[in-house]
Amino acid sequence: MYDTSLVLGGKEFTSRLIVGTGKYASMETMREAHEAAGAEIITVAVRRVGLPSGESILDYIDTKRYTLLPNTAGCYTADEAIRTCYLAREAGLGDLVKLEVIGDQRTLFPDVMGLLEATSTLAREGFIVMPYTNDDPVMARKLQDAGAACVMPLGAPIGSGLGIRNPYNIKIILESVTVPVIVDAGVGTASDAAIAMELGCDGVLMNTAIAGAQDAVSMARAMKLAVEAGRLAYKAGRIGKKLYATASSPLEGLPDWTS
Amino acid sequence: MSVKITVNGKPMEVEPGLTIEGLLTLLNVKREYTAVAVNREVTRKTDYGTVRLSEGDKVEIVRPMGGG
Repeated sequence: MYDTSLVLGGKEFTSRLIVGTGKYASMETMREAHEAAGAEIITVAVRRVGLPSGESILDYIDTKRYTLLPNTAGCYTADEAIRTCYLAREAGLGDLVKLEVIGDQRTLFPDVMGLLEATSTLAREGFIVMPYTNDDPVMARKLQDAGAACVMPLGAPIGSGLGIRNPYNIKIILESVTVPVIVDAGVGTASDAAIAMELGCDGVLMNTAIAGAQDAVSMARAMKLAVEAGRLAYKAGRIGKKLYATASSPLEGLPDWTS
Repeated sequence: MSVKITVNGKPMEVEPGLTIEGLLTLLNVKREYTAVAVNREVTRKTDYGTVRLSEGDKVEIVRPMGGG
């Protein structure tokens, strides 16, 4: 079936699965998982170099092949997040940023006030802003209006693996904005990713579900298939849900077994 | 006389007049995919050779790390 590309700030991507680089058992496993996921965009954090500096994570990511997506994880104010994006850009990581402004340490839920402020500033400064937000359709619209290239509502708390806790809100977000909607955070297994895509989401971003799986490479492949299957099912148009049965076989032409 | 600065949270004493370029060489830090901020302001790569570190400067040197 013909499908359109995922477009972020004018850049086109075929894969709708965005993966991370955190918490892998080894760099080699990470590299194999990226391959198995068929991802084109890979998130990275921006952190202090070790002194003396050891090997770089970029020794294991082909930057000609993958688009790097620096995040602002760990930033608790708009100011910190904005400065981190500038650092990322100066480091040569490009204009695409996964914007996180965290509001609470225990849940890692976003501080949407700070997020909106940072989105507005960074979009003005030419960044392609991908904000991690909560599953609030009103905030999604405000982020779009502030210049976000997409909105990335959480399915559930980061790293929780609880899946899509509020599919109805995700559905309303999809009706509320015209920019791509990418579920970011909360995915635990393949069916969660499929559900997000079946709802009509434009993509899924995940890290822990793959990196933390017992066999990360196999889970990466499962996620790739789930995202593709969910997308296909969405495009194919599912049947409506009904409470009672509807026979699949014709009622006419049944033999008469009465004696 | 040396100049006291902080690099990535650690105190350090360096020669007066040391540039960012000089600091990165001293610390043997790769330039590729690395960025530097001095006192919260991002320093452009093109300015590494001219920005000189002063007493009390807080330097942050960052690069991509694993994350999600």
